[in-house]
Amino acid sequence: MSGKATLFTAFLLLAFFACTSKKEAEEKAKKSPTASELAIPQPEVHGTEIKSVELTNPLKSEWVSTGKSIYETKCLACHKLTDERVVGPGWAGVTKKRQPVWIMNMITNVDMMLETDAEAQKMLEECLVRMPNQNVSEEDARKILEFMRSNDGEK
Amino acid sequence: MKHRHLVLFITAALTLPVLLSSPGCKPQNPTSAVEGDAASKVYVAPGKHDEFYNIVSGGFNGQVSVYGIPSGRLFRIIPVFSLNPESGWGFSEETKPMLNTSHGFVPWDDTHHIALSTTNGEHDGRWAFVNGNNTPRIARISLATFRTEEIIEIPNSSGNHSSPFLTENSEYAVAGTRFSYPLDDKESNPDVPISTYKQNFKGTVSFVGIDKETGHMNVAFQVLLPGVNFDLARCGRGPSHDWFFFSCYNTELASTLLEVNASQKDKDFVMAVNWKKCEEYVKAGKGKKSKVRYAHNVFDEKTHTGTSTIKDEVVVLDPNELKDIVYFVPCPKSPHGCDVDPSGEFICASGKLAAVIPVFSFSKMQKAIADKNFEGEFEGIPVLKYDAVLHGEVKKPGLGPLHTEFDGKGFAYTSFFVSSEIVKWDIEKLEVVDRVPTYYSIGHLSVPGGPTRKPHGKYVIAYNKITKDRYLPTGPELTQSAQLYDISGDKMKLLLDFPTTGEPHYAEAIPASLVAPKSVKIFKIEENNHPYVAKGEKEARVFREGNKVHVLMTSIRSHFTPDNIEGVKMGDEVYFHVTNLEQDWDVPHGFAVKGANNAEILIMPGETCTLKWVPDRTGVFPIYCTDFCSALHQEMQGYVRVSPRGSNVPLTYSTGNKAEPTGEAK
Repeated sequence: MSGKATLFTAFLLLAFFACTSKKEAEEKAKKSPTASELAIPQPEVHGTEIKSVELTNPLKSEWVSTGKSIYETKCLACHKLTDERVVGPGWAGVTKKRQPVWIMNMITNVDMMLETDAEAQKMLEECLVRMPNQNVSEEDARKILEFMRSNDGEK
Repeated sequence: MKHRHLVLFITAALTLPVLLSSPGCKPQNPTSAVEGDAASKVYVAPGKHDEFYNIVSGGFNGQVSVYGIPSGRLFRIIPVFSLNPESGWGFSEETKPMLNTSHGFVPWDDTHHIALSTTNGEHDGRWAFVNGNNTPRIARISLATFRTEEIIEIPNSSGNHSSPFLTENSEYAVAGTRFSYPLDDKESNPDVPISTYKQNFKGTVSFVGIDKETGHMNVAFQVLLPGVNFDLARCGRGPSHDWFFFSCYNTELASTLLEVNASQKDKDFVMAVNWKKCEEYVKAGKGKKSKVRYAHNVFDEKTHTGTSTIKDEVVVLDPNELKDIVYFVPCPKSPHGCDVDPSGEFICASGKLAAVIPVFSFSKMQKAIADKNFEGEFEGIPVLKYDAVLHGEVKKPGLGPLHTEFDGKGFAYTSFFVSSEIVKWDIEKLEVVDRVPTYYSIGHLSVPGGPTRKPHGKYVIAYNKITKDRYLPTGPELTQSAQLYDISGDKMKLLLDFPTTGEPHYAEAIPASLVAPKSVKIFKIEENNHPYVAKGEKEARVFREGNKVHVLMTSIRSHFTPDNIEGVKMGDEVYFHVTNLEQDWDVPHGFAVKGANNAEILIMPGETCTLKWVPDRTGVFPIYCTDFCSALHQEMQGYVRVSPRGSNVPLTYSTGNKAEPTGEAK
């Protein structure tokens, strides 16, 4: 019997203690890191916006051939070298139609382009497939551009 | 004697709930348990992330699931020991070897315990380990890819239950046999009468070494033990670093009606194993080589392919010869959980049928060993004196104590299966300070970082066996239930119920900040070394090797290459090796064939997976992608033509060829 009474008193005391410390607990909960603070930002890696591209002639033949092999792995599935559209537009004449900066950003920064560039948006309306981010580095994008120039007949 | 104890136990069982149901102790009914601000404490706003990953065993579904805490949202189910048609785990040619064992292909297991890798006794966010209870195995899951990378079978074991708990620096994972059984060292299971249990049945615990860099496992050594049943285990830490502790039941050595026959004695054992000493003995060549057969399966992230190797030898240590590697500690009564506090000094063992929680002191244990303070031997192994090693008992804590975790602030949290509650108690003073009901019949419980040197505290999560009335009914079977309690204040507060898959046993929770930044988003196509990869459409092709037709296929939004294949014949085995050319996060492609006696495969960006298809009839069969990622998803399809055996249709393939003009159009 006395055991039960002690237990009961202990519970009452605990309950009382819990009430008085409720505010403290709330303060503590507020101070503890929130989910948003701990959330790790995980942006897509598209590289930063490219503002200028230097073109030189003659073409760097090494870049052309590296660009071609990257094209064969990552781009060929959707882009032909003729003007035929498959999923994306064919590449024939692309370097005559588009600025080098536009092409480079389309490769490495496609989300930004689809958000801000009217020409890119127009192409999405035609193709209806967002161009995939193929995780191409700026350096590799430059080599692809060199290959496109070669495809358009530049020497 | 036996009868008197049973009567006492029943009396205790009947009076305790009355004592425990005093006002202020339990709410009147389940709905009054949650306070008003609970919802805001578990609410994770859209776009925000949870604070913890909860890695949860899948119980009898053989898998592992990943939840966010505090939201309770389910993020992923990771296939481990069980076939998973969603991803093709165990169906694709690359993953079939992962489920190989000495018994052949075993497509299911029973997972119980999660162990996250630690360095210096703290979570390092590298790997999750989980046991296969039925066909003894341990699996290692990468926390970068959330995929199973390795599975090792445990020889000389039946029912791998006390597993895969890890030492402080993840040097070893342990595997204690739940069922003792007749062993010999001739690679066979001796055919003996079950009634010869006491003579012929033996137990083992295995120490599975873990490579520091790769995580690769190997069965380093085993300890041969009396035929008791091993239940759970925990490593020592800090001062007890060199030791591992296991709970044992059935010291009665019974083989039938264990619920009665293994509950005869007042005390079973906690077994203390000095693994450092074992290691020395193995190095010194004191172990005996035993002939066994077990499978070791490793998945290579670069070839995206698993390989299975059968191994045939294991080193066994015998504590009857090596007297200072194993000691028994008497422990009341059928101990289940065996948990070491963050300091490494206290070992809490929970006798399922005991009315106390005994807490043992590691330093007293060392003194008792040094003084040879033994009460006798059990099957040749020294038994320490209970009083000499006891720190103290928590008196009348509740009914059916199972498992204990710690908050790092000097408190322990023990789950009580029979009285359905979590009881918080002071480790030093051995006094109960708080209790909350669980709904219902809690098994394991998990405090984030609870089994480490530095618990992260904040929450305790209950994994309950019974879900009655908590959710909308779904026939006779209900989902399993977990419950989240806030332990940041002095009193535990129920915040959330969330359903779980399978029957979760143990789980660990780890801060998201230790895992998320290392998460793999894609597999780099340049690094894909699969023997049948097609790195780009230019490499896509189809070729024949006898009756095997290999299709090196690529997939990208929104087509396959090739998508028209002809020249497959009846009797051919077709292997579709599909490479996903995407290099964009969260763009897997699926691949399915009509009528295949197989699953789909789901190919991650940059990965190659192989689906085997043996056509059972002639005709034209569609293939298509099952995972929706673009507006032209439905168009991602193709055809395979199957001709009769002996027909002369040549093997051809194409993508983008226009259909032949019909007769009229000519």
